Amino acid sequence: MRELALNILDITENSVSAGAHLIEIDVLADFAKDEMAIRIRDDGCGMDEQMLATVCDPFTTTRTTRKVGMGLPLFKFSAESAGGIFSIRSEKGKGTEVVATYRIGHVDRMPLGDFGGVVLQLVTMNPQVDFVFTAQSGETTGKLDTRELREILGEDIPLGAPEVRSFLREYIQENLVDIFGGRL
Amino acid sequence: MKSLEELRALREKMRSQTDNRSVAADGETVIKVGMATCGIAAGARPVLEALLDEAEKRRLHNVSISQTGCIGMCRLEPIVEVFRDGQKYTYVYMTPEKARRVVAEHVVNGNVCTEFLIGEN
Ligand SMILES: Nc1ncnc2c1ncn2[C@@H]1O[C@H](COP(=O)(O)OP(=O)(O)OP(=O)(O)O)[C@@H](O)[C@H]1O
Ligand SMILES: [Mg+2]
Repeated sequence: MRELALNILDITENSVSAGAHLIEIDVLADFAKDEMAIRIRDDGCGMDEQMLATVCDPFTTTRTTRKVGMGLPLFKFSAESAGGIFSIRSEKGKGTEVVATYRIGHVDRMPLGDFGGVVLQLVTMNPQVDFVFTAQSGETTGKLDTRELREILGEDIPLGAPEVRSFLREYIQENLVDIFGGRL
Repeated sequence: MKSLEELRALREKMRSQTDNRSVAADGETVIKVGMATCGIAAGARPVLEALLDEAEKRRLHNVSISQTGCIGMCRLEPIVEVFRDGQKYTYVYMTPEKARRVVAEHVVNGNVCTEFLIGEN
């Protein structure tokens, strides 16, 4: 992966596969402290302790098509090679939380990349899942909650409708520029 | 800056409009893009964007585009599967440019892009 946004998409796809109804995604930056954190939390099927213990070892996966799961190990690597910490908590039947932190100025920290595009993709391609995105930098915070969007649109207009999609693309981009200003 | 008030206004506008999007072809075409780690790392996101963009620009009504997990051939990603007329076509090593051609030539005009199919490269 060349962008952290792609890691976020990949880890969130795990939550979608886990049958989550609500997925919360935070990108929090503190430029004064040179720290950033990415957090993905879901209410999906979760993992038992044994699964959790081995999940960051690339030779474990429940998948049948291919033996090696690479998503979590790659995300872990992205944090640990940029002066940060990776952690995962999960409870069978309750959900999972994955957190990765980074030193913003670390030479090996990957750029955030097209996070707005990833947010747009998640929101428009997963009609069965609700998302809450939080982007924060110092005092400025932006939130996007698909439950609020769905309430505005009503039952008959999906989030993936082309007109809605183009509105959301600009709405997300403008807010992200306002919060991070291309500094991540 | 855009606000959610504009979304409310957009909803009213959409409700009052009759659907005038044109039809792609007889029967529905289903397009799936592999979006597991292997696909994402190989560039599946821009491929999906290109497909959605092309379908939107051409106002294709009878096309449904969605994501799927690992298709089991990670080396050939990005992979796009097109289901049409009861047949499955597997396009491999896709790029946004190739994806736009698949929409224009295969989905709209019914001419399969054989050079991008699995087994051809
Ligand atoms: N949020 C989650 N909820 C429940 N189980 C999860 C979650 N995230 C990961 N898992 C479990 O951990 C396994 C490993 O995940 P990982 O993303 O590393 O690989 P993968 O999804 O199997 O394959 P890929 O390399 O395509 O991502 C998954 O197969 C799944 O069983
Ligand atoms: Mg995965």
